[in-house]
Amino acid sequence: MDIKERVIQLIIEHLELAPADVVPEAHFIDDLGISSMDLWELVLVMEDEFGLEVPDEDLEKIGTIQDAINFITAHAEEK
Amino acid sequence: MPTDDLDLSGQVALVTGGSRGIGRAIALRLSQAGAYVAINYSADDQAAKRTLLDLERGGGQGELQKFPVENFAKVQDAIKEFSKRKGRLDILVNNAGISRDQVLARMKPEDWHRVLAVNLTGAFYCCRAAARVMVRRRYGRIIVISSIIGRIGRAGQANYAASKAGLEAMTRSLALELAGRQITVNAVAPGYIETEMTLALPPKVRQEILDHIPSGRAGTAEDVAGVVLFLASGLSAYLTGQTLHLNGGLYFG
Ligand SMILES: NC(=O)c1ccc[n+]([C@@H]2O[C@H](COP(=O)([O-])OP(=O)(O)OC[C@H]3O[C@@H](n4cnc5c(N)ncnc54)[C@H](OP(=O)(O)O)[C@@H]3O)[C@@H](O)[C@H]2O)c1
Repeated sequence: MDIKERVIQLIIEHLELAPADVVPEAHFIDDLGISSMDLWELVLVMEDEFGLEVPDEDLEKIGTIQDAINFITAHAEEK
Repeated sequence: MPTDDLDLSGQVALVTGGSRGIGRAIALRLSQAGAYVAINYSADDQAAKRTLLDLERGGGQGELQKFPVENFAKVQDAIKEFSKRKGRLDILVNNAGISRDQVLARMKPEDWHRVLAVNLTGAFYCCRAAARVMVRRRYGRIIVISSIIGRIGRAGQANYAASKAGLEAMTRSLALELAGRQITVNAVAPGYIETEMTLALPPKVRQEILDHIPSGRAGTAEDVAGVVLFLASGLSAYLTGQTLHLNGGLYFG
């Protein structure tokens, strides 16, 4: 599985969402209706999953699923 | 995982200001209940070492964590390293606190800022860092040591009273944010507890306070530690956002 698939799989499992809704364009809060606390928890879980750390400043930049995929791809490559 | 009694075996705790006074009693009590306890402090190495030694003599396990709670970077680094190494952080007790008493006319801005920084901002920093670990694991117990002064006030303690009232308000907000993650946040507001902090009061003031306590005695650090143990345990799972007043009947909340 590539990073994109892993991120999407993680979101589906962790937030218990319908797979059809979890598309890269979807905005976590506006489209998926998850709370900012859910989003924070998801980011923390992704940190563990991918062995990286999301600095506080970058947390705010994650709006859509694509943002999360981009962030993780960029930082996973750094390693 | 959390049990439905006071047993804390396998759990990991951090007690800020855990080297002396009330924090020390809390650290020892949590340790007796089975938790691994990190004792935080910022200055007095001797006192901290003594507390750790006593904890180990009692059959417990723990370590020292020296950092000033008012320094965000240090708090974050220490809590991150500690919780990674231990693989968890179940219990955070925000107990570190100072007083700089002065009547309004003589209270310097630095007295005000210093007390707010350590008592209130320091607790916020620790909560923020600890919540990262607790949210991941969907379990946590955060306990804040407030004071009766946060409610009834006292001349010469505007800074201290404000910091404690602020802590109680923060407790309620964080309780709401974290409730869905099985993380409880509660405050304990002791009345008059005999420690170095209160022994520094003039004897006349101390006697006056004692005369007004219905229980007829000052509280002990162990009195506070017992209530903190309850809040740290699985027994208090449905209690959150509350301030428990612990004062021998002096004030009812
Ligand atoms: N005693 C009472 O009657 C009473 C009543 C109500 C509430 N309280 C509250 O209970 C708490 C403990 O009071 P206490 O009487 O036990 O005080 P204490 O005997 O003076 O002990 C204070 C503890 O906090 C640590 N500390 C101080 N500044 C710190 C900092 N910036 N960063 C990290 N640790 C720091 C001290 O260690 P270092 O000096 O080494 O840093 C020490 O371990 C406080 O929050 C206090 O407001 C006390």
